[in-house]
Amino acid sequence: MRVMAQMGMVMNLDKCIGCQTCSVTCKQAWTNRAGTEYVWFNNVETRPGQGYPRRYEDQEQWHGGWELNKRGRLQLKTGGRLKRLLSIFASPVQPELKDYYEPWTYDYATLVEAPLGDDFPVARPKSLITGEDTKVTWSANWDDNLGGTSELGHLDPIVAKIRQESEDKIKFEFEQTFMFYLPRICEHCLNPSCMASCPSGAIYKRSEDGIVLVDQDRCRGWRQCITGCPYKKIYFNHKSGKAEKCTFCYPRIEVGIPTVCAETCVGRLRYLGLFLYDADAVTAAASVPDEKDLYEAQMDLLLDPEDPQVIAAAREQGIPEDWLDAARRSPVYALAKKYRVALPLHPEYRTMPMVWYVPPLSPIVDLLSEQGHDAEDRDVLFGAIEALRIPIEYLAELFSAGDTEVIDGVLRKLAAMRSYMRGINLGREPDESIPASVGLSGETMYEMYRLMAIAKYDERYVIPKAHVEQAHDLEELGCSLDYDEGPGMYGPFGEASGRPVPVAVENFQALQQRQTSDEPAGNEELRGRVNLLNWDGNGTPRGLFPPRREEESR
Amino acid sequence: MNVLLWGVLPYLVIATLVLGTIWRYRYDKFGWTTRSSQLYESRLLRIGSPLFHFGILVVFIGHVGGLLIPEDWTEAVGISESMYHFNALLFGGIAGFCTLAGIIILVVRRRRTGPVFMATTVNDKVMYVLLVGAITLGLWTTLVAVGAGSEAHNYRETVSPWFRSIWRLNPDVHAMAEAPIQFHVHVLVGMLLFAAWPFTRLVHAFTAPVHYLFRPYIVYRSRDARTPAPTGRPRAGWSPVGTPDRDRSTR
Ligand code: HEM
Ligand code: SF4
Ligand code: SF4
Repeated sequence: MRVMAQMGMVMNLDKCIGCQTCSVTCKQAWTNRAGTEYVWFNNVETRPGQGYPRRYEDQEQWHGGWELNKRGRLQLKTGGRLKRLLSIFASPVQPELKDYYEPWTYDYATLVEAPLGDDFPVARPKSLITGEDTKVTWSANWDDNLGGTSELGHLDPIVAKIRQESEDKIKFEFEQTFMFYLPRICEHCLNPSCMASCPSGAIYKRSEDGIVLVDQDRCRGWRQCITGCPYKKIYFNHKSGKAEKCTFCYPRIEVGIPTVCAETCVGRLRYLGLFLYDADAVTAAASVPDEKDLYEAQMDLLLDPEDPQVIAAAREQGIPEDWLDAARRSPVYALAKKYRVALPLHPEYRTMPMVWYVPPLSPIVDLLSEQGHDAEDRDVLFGAIEALRIPIEYLAELFSAGDTEVIDGVLRKLAAMRSYMRGINLGREPDESIPASVGLSGETMYEMYRLMAIAKYDERYVIPKAHVEQAHDLEELGCSLDYDEGPGMYGPFGEASGRPVPVAVENFQALQQRQTSDEPAGNEELRGRVNLLNWDGNGTPRGLFPPRREEESR
Repeated sequence: MNVLLWGVLPYLVIATLVLGTIWRYRYDKFGWTTRSSQLYESRLLRIGSPLFHFGILVVFIGHVGGLLIPEDWTEAVGISESMYHFNALLFGGIAGFCTLAGIIILVVRRRRTGPVFMATTVNDKVMYVLLVGAITLGLWTTLVAVGAGSEAHNYRETVSPWFRSIWRLNPDVHAMAEAPIQFHVHVLVGMLLFAAWPFTRLVHAFTAPVHYLFRPYIVYRSRDARTPAPTGRPRAGWSPVGTPDRDRSTR
């Protein structure tokens, strides 16, 4: 047993309102540079819907992730190593910009510069790629809130699959009743296929916290990882010619603060914490023959942080005590394994994803209350879970490789929690038969309710700091995404318009500038200074308050 | 003149190639990439790029064979000059034409596809001129040789000895001066191409990922394993984390 720690995330889909705040803050933090205009490390897609990039889930088309070869061994879906090297000169399947969307801006200047006249000036859309006029036809969330689903709904690979299985009986009857949002970031997989497809070995998993990063200095732009990742969560920066991906905001995680998406989430539905897992068992777990067993196999990888044997093994691997403590308090472990309500997204891709989802009960609750039923009654809810097969099958295709039993189990727990807590809130004697019907004790159910409904900041985010004794090593661990402006340039139509500059020269200058400037990064005077905008109310930071009276009079 | 071209220039080119590559590797790892344009356009690339690359690899192997292996070695194993010549022309010609066809597709694609053209730098254009120049001139030597039939100039008695003599640090300027004009031009453009090589996107060829065949699929790397910046100073980047000025308890 080789115990390793992994930062993980759980998202409770019932609470997502699809506001895109996470997408926007993430974009501002990470991908607001030239070359990444079309990139959303965090995107929120409406399901049913095609997702971003379009139809990324159709692996018959995109060949992402792993499959078992004829001998039952794990192999990339794009083929063996030699085959992949021979097809390196032009990837056989590679999403193009049109599969994401062509990023655009508007030429706002005409709004103010147009001469006085009878017609209103309009700001025309301009492509951020070519700078030419463009027609906006798609985006990262074009089918938001089921927009256009009646026409394009069949393009959702999962809808297509379910329809096929039920012999086209379902039209879009569920389009009015069944909808939810799916926020997606990189899964920071235990068995990442992006990494396995990288010819240079530039993508690596940090052994301390499992965060998957691209070494920007070793990436050579072979762009094989883009095809390799089944979630299409690694992107090609067309300006620098390198792959970029969600970094799990590692500079923030290292100092113990949550990722930007989690911190800014309006629904407060994201949880961050540690998993301990057995690194030696990953490949075997990812190779179980039946796809439906993958969820259980993945659960078996997660080790119980209370188990003395696990603790001893973890200490042997040099995992520090405060990390073990954080693992014991981990909300993600609790949701995934203790309460078993969080599920991995598409376990059938065999990458062992580490961002987990509590499937939404709300489509069912909404439907019941619309029809005038008591949506907090256990039996009504259980009955609905039995009856509403299509939403359940859809969720099963997303979270359990099609195994509806798993989804049933989770939704029943959520439903039971709902009616159990209603009883308590109404001041009734707790009905212990409710938690018992889903195999939990009343106490456990209450704990689960606390974590899912009212957990405070430091219960939702249990992030052990990286060790200070290592701190000097942390900065710039080979991930040079952090250029102040990136290799950017600014023309009349925003980033990337205007005349291209040779990337090599440009990077070199950016690097040199960074290395030689002492403003503002190296400005000791200003660093650590607090002003009103970033003051969190603690202490009396220097320079923020006028000197005290006594000090003055002295 | 001959001494300058065939006795001095080669060493300048080698020096630029070697030092330039070292410099680029040390200071511009971030710029070391194929700068793939497949995100913009895939259809033509999927024809042109493999055609060109497989072609150029065969051409490369052909050059190694023709320039490095002395004529009497091949004759010693029973390959007569005419046999060798015929094969070289046949395979070299085919590979050369594939390469040319591939690069024409690539260049046309570069010019005609809006986003790809936008992403084409001056650097790329110069590189393409040299590359296309070297390839067409190379084919020209082949065509002349085919036209001349058995009368063809045997470069293995002029160019090849000169090439090998460069590495013995005793350039046989005379041998090279003997070769006909088409070889002179081809070699000159080739030398320019190699001199420009380290400063263009062509560096990607130096990091051909053969080790992919042997490495484990999953790469673990410790947070601590950081290579110091080439300047010896730590790189500016993130302001240091976990240092006292950020830690509230010590403020
Ligand atoms: C054997 C190692 C090599 C590998 C693995 C390799 C791979 C690649 C890849 C992946 C691209 C990007 C194609 C794209 O997506 O746009 C590329 C582009 C290119 N390579 Fe290579 N290459 C190799 C050797 C060479 C050599 C020896 C040359 C020239 C003498 C060369 C010249 C080029 C050129 C000119 C392009 C740009 C094509 C374009 O987009 O117009 N490569 N190469
Ligand atoms: S989800 Fe992230 S870690 Fe997993 S394969 Fe994709 S890019 Fe790699
Ligand atoms: S910020 Fe939170 S609620 Fe809003 S879309 Fe993102 S995950 Fe959903």
